[in-house]
Amino acid sequence: MLDILYSIIPQTLFFAAPLIFTALGGVYSERSGVINIGLEGLMVIGAFSSVTFNLLYADALGTAAPWISILVAMVAGMLFSLIHAVATITFRADQTVTGVAINMLALGFGVFMIKQIFGKGQTDFISQPIYTTDVPFLVDIPVIGNMFFNNMYITSYIAIVLSFLAWYVLYKTPFGLRIRAVGEHPMAADTNGIKVYTTRYIGVIISGALAGIGGAVFAMTISQNFSISTIAGQGFMAIAAVIFGKWNPLGAMGAALFFGFAQSLSVVGSSIPLLENVPQVYLLIAPYVLTILALAGFIGRSVAPKASGVPYVKGSR
Amino acid sequence: MKMRRYAVLLGLLLVVGVVLSACGSGGSSEQSGSDSNSFKTAMVTDTGGIDDKSFNQSAWEGLTQFGADNDLKEKEGYDYLQSNSASDYATNLNRLVQSNTDLIFGVGFKLAEDIGKVADQNKETHFAIIDSVVEKDNVASIVFEEQQGSFLAGVAAATKSESGKIGFVGGEESELIKKFEAGYVAGAKSVNKDIEVDVQYAGSFGAPDKGKLIASNMYNSGVDVIYHSAGGTGNGVFAQAKDLKNNDPEGSYWVIGVDRDQYDEGQIGDNNVTLTSMLKAVDVAVARVAQDSKDGEFPGGEIVSFGLKDDGIGIAETNEEAYTDDIKTAVDEWKQKLIDGDVTAPTTDDELKAYVDSL
Repeated sequence: MLDILYSIIPQTLFFAAPLIFTALGGVYSERSGVINIGLEGLMVIGAFSSVTFNLLYADALGTAAPWISILVAMVAGMLFSLIHAVATITFRADQTVTGVAINMLALGFGVFMIKQIFGKGQTDFISQPIYTTDVPFLVDIPVIGNMFFNNMYITSYIAIVLSFLAWYVLYKTPFGLRIRAVGEHPMAADTNGIKVYTTRYIGVIISGALAGIGGAVFAMTISQNFSISTIAGQGFMAIAAVIFGKWNPLGAMGAALFFGFAQSLSVVGSSIPLLENVPQVYLLIAPYVLTILALAGFIGRSVAPKASGVPYVKGSR
Repeated sequence: MKMRRYAVLLGLLLVVGVVLSACGSGGSSEQSGSDSNSFKTAMVTDTGGIDDKSFNQSAWEGLTQFGADNDLKEKEGYDYLQSNSASDYATNLNRLVQSNTDLIFGVGFKLAEDIGKVADQNKETHFAIIDSVVEKDNVASIVFEEQQGSFLAGVAAATKSESGKIGFVGGEESELIKKFEAGYVAGAKSVNKDIEVDVQYAGSFGAPDKGKLIASNMYNSGVDVIYHSAGGTGNGVFAQAKDLKNNDPEGSYWVIGVDRDQYDEGQIGDNNVTLTSMLKAVDVAVARVAQDSKDGEFPGGEIVSFGLKDDGIGIAETNEEAYTDDIKTAVDEWKQKLIDGDVTAPTTDDELKAYVDSL
């Protein structure tokens, strides 16, 4: 039994890390009142820019390359999310439609640039990916050490720490209060002197940064190259995690971990005595069924921020 | 007024996106202005693209080779169209028909249905489908005896394995991938009757995260050689093997590649986790059928099968350090048996069961 946990927990964490980053971004965007369907596209940009940077500069930077690649992806995600911000906040475009456009644009842009830079439709494997490590000292703790600190990606820890940080910022700081106010009742916030447009811009840009990091983490740890199918649905899973987690950073993290757990259970399932006679197809669909069940019953009503999806027009009632 | 302005902006965004993705696919075909008696052939990729490091790339190499052999120019004599989604298949096939292509290759079994439809509507055009069978007079079906190559992969894996446990990662469970699985298991059991083979399907050819999860679980449970037949999902298998190898350079974590030599994918520092690869010479097959067709001997309505005998299937020996002499001896021995027909590699679960029982 312990052996199963030893393999499920690290797998859950590495699978969930990209989703956690991206979902946190989704929370900030939606909390500020802008629906961000474009998370998938922003992840694509993150994966594309990090892989490209890594391939071009890995020799010069050595083992620092993947980390700098993630920072590059963060900046690329921020810049790309500006398109969404300008269209939805300044020009009050339909947020869903713009988000879909972002997804299409990002994929086309990524593949086009790869073709221009490398002359082919998908990149080689990166030579400097992020490897798993054991956490010194902590790995020696009996049971827990093997479960949580053995062969882990540092990015998984960063994701979890960042979730708590994101929660703190959103609920315990004036800046977080402003984000939430703008998403719930922008007019009231405006009357109190909060700059609605600026705050929303910041919300969207944060989502771009985090989704870019999410895509980069996926590319640096899991796929290790970039092609048209590298990011295939992870962004949408992150959106599901946002809703599942009730627009709360910690909830989103929990939801992402749950997705990771369900996925890894579907793989490990065949070696668990209780589940080994279940046909594999049921284990493969289990994550999705569990998600639907959870959304339908267990978490209760999930209510979006009131002004999410509604453009704010100064002076209108 | 405001409404209209952002509608225009959105429209522009969409247009740019569509245009860019069209450019990204590279090979937009031009209406051919060449004279009518010159031969023109082209292929439609599945969603992999011509540098998927797998059979799309291999098919394109075959066409390029054919072009070089016959002094044809790219775009004029031979060309490809990239499919970005399943809905592009029929469109791409029709585009090629309209530009007077003499022979159109559909790369991958996913195109079989659309090839069938388009072939019905265009009886004069010749088609060839790779990895599947379409029974039409103007369609040649190119199939490979993957079970033979997989059998040898199984022999290599069982000879290499120290733990007595090996793994198989499949993409989507289908008749085609079953051939890989059955051949592999049969080959492994032929060497070591008691070997344990862990078989897992990811349910997708494009899910590296799933592949990594499965590989991680297999290696944890003591498996030391994994044969993948899962396209992009296999990238995750390589990622996991390399990660383990990085942390434990002395450990045995081997991957057997598929379709083409995946030696490069396995490189990590001075080590390489690619034990060998099951080679599927799609390029040989494509070049042969294209040549036959140009010479007026198009094998329409036939099933053209490529196996060990005609070098359509093979085993890579690039990793000289890992692919030791005893593996080579064992593989060569079974290869001869397969070619001579002393042994027939199974292709389905039932055949596999019968084969294992007979050992």
